[in-house]
Amino acid sequence: MKKYQCPDCSYIYDEAVGHEHEGYEPGTRFEDLPEDFACPACFVREKEDFVPLESDSITSDCAKNKNSVVRSLKK
Amino acid sequence: MKTVTFDSPTQGTISYTDKKRGLWWMSALYPLFPITGLVLHGLTGIELMLLVPMVAAYICVPLFDYLLGEDLSNPPEEVVAQLEQDRYYSRLLYLAVPLHFITFFAAVYWIVTQDLSMAGYLILAVGAGMTSGLGINTGHELGHKTDPLSRLMAKIVLAVPGYGHFCLEHNAGHHRHVATPEDTASSKMGENIYAFALREIPGGFKRAWQLEKVRLQRKGKSMWSPSNELLQSYAITAVIQISLLIAFGWMLLPFLIIHNFLAWWQLTSANYIEHYGLLREKKANGSYERCQPHHSWNSNHVFSNLLLYHLERHSDHHAHPTRHVPALRNFEDVPALPNGYFGAYLMAYCPPIWFAVMNPRLLNLQHIQGDLSKVNILPGKREAMEQKYASLVAA
Repeated sequence: MKKYQCPDCSYIYDEAVGHEHEGYEPGTRFEDLPEDFACPACFVREKEDFVPLESDSITSDCAKNKNSVVRSLKK
Repeated sequence: MKTVTFDSPTQGTISYTDKKRGLWWMSALYPLFPITGLVLHGLTGIELMLLVPMVAAYICVPLFDYLLGEDLSNPPEEVVAQLEQDRYYSRLLYLAVPLHFITFFAAVYWIVTQDLSMAGYLILAVGAGMTSGLGINTGHELGHKTDPLSRLMAKIVLAVPGYGHFCLEHNAGHHRHVATPEDTASSKMGENIYAFALREIPGGFKRAWQLEKVRLQRKGKSMWSPSNELLQSYAITAVIQISLLIAFGWMLLPFLIIHNFLAWWQLTSANYIEHYGLLREKKANGSYERCQPHHSWNSNHVFSNLLLYHLERHSDHHAHPTRHVPALRNFEDVPALPNGYFGAYLMAYCPPIWFAVMNPRLLNLQHIQGDLSKVNILPGKREAMEQKYASLVAA
């Protein structure tokens, strides 16, 4: 099972999970998604834009910010 | 006032304070403002006081936008993730949902308990509808979120004016096809707002139902199943509005019709000004280039942005729809409206003024420079536009 990431909003389509709300069962392969598939989070990137992930790595700058750096929130 | 910090491996500690943080309350509380009209009417007995919310929206807000000007500042990109994780902004959206119901029911209460003239009745219905139009904006922000609670809250607030199909139509329809001739929610050069409304309102409704039909078919469900998210929101509308008619009789029917239509009209107004004439380039394979900041008209006017959850930073919103309210950026050299949305609506309602101001502005955009092939233009209007704006149109 592979994962593919939206290059705009970082949504990840995980073949093992599918997308229940949009009607894609767990196990639905990315290549079996319809050609007019759009990112179900931002809707401004389409199937051809999605980036395959080699592992669990997340590629966008936005996601890097979210996951990899120490941060603080103070008054 | 909170400061967020980011420890950058290369730049050291980056600090950012959202100076508007406390002012975002204005967006959440603005839906209550029409109640001031009711209070002033009650105190003075003067029905014209019911006009106060409209005078505030269409005279005071454009004036404040003019006087207070623009805020061009952006948060550092490094702190955006933290801003988006700050639940404060989401809570303001949640708070606004019940406030829309309070104002709606306050208007209903006033209709059924006061001996209003026909003019007073109409003014109140129009004012209540405008407020529920703001509710569509609240639903818009919530509908772009991906968590179930926000999506549920969107369905609930959109039920006030019976516009439950908006989220699906807006996200999967308008955002996907924005600034193309095929998008019913993108206005074309030479198209006035009244003609646009006749295309946009039924077009959005039809597209939403088509999208929901396809989604439900993938799930093996009927259009009439309880999973239909449009029907879920419409059901809330039906329960509320039919209950009101049963309780108070037919005297409320004109109010409800005017209220609902005015709320839809508010959305139509926003859609009209947000992408007027802008066009995404078609690629060799027939698809359109991805939406860029220059495919939306932007406004950095600080006052009306504070009333509308930063909606007017529309260039960034369409280029990156999941960015949250405090993270929306200004870009240089994007199409810019001359005033905030409320001032722009006023211009749009008078088409000769709108065309006189916006057509030259459109043709002078950096990425268009008079090239009508780069404009989303009303079919049949090209020749007339070439003649009228001969000095601006590229040979």
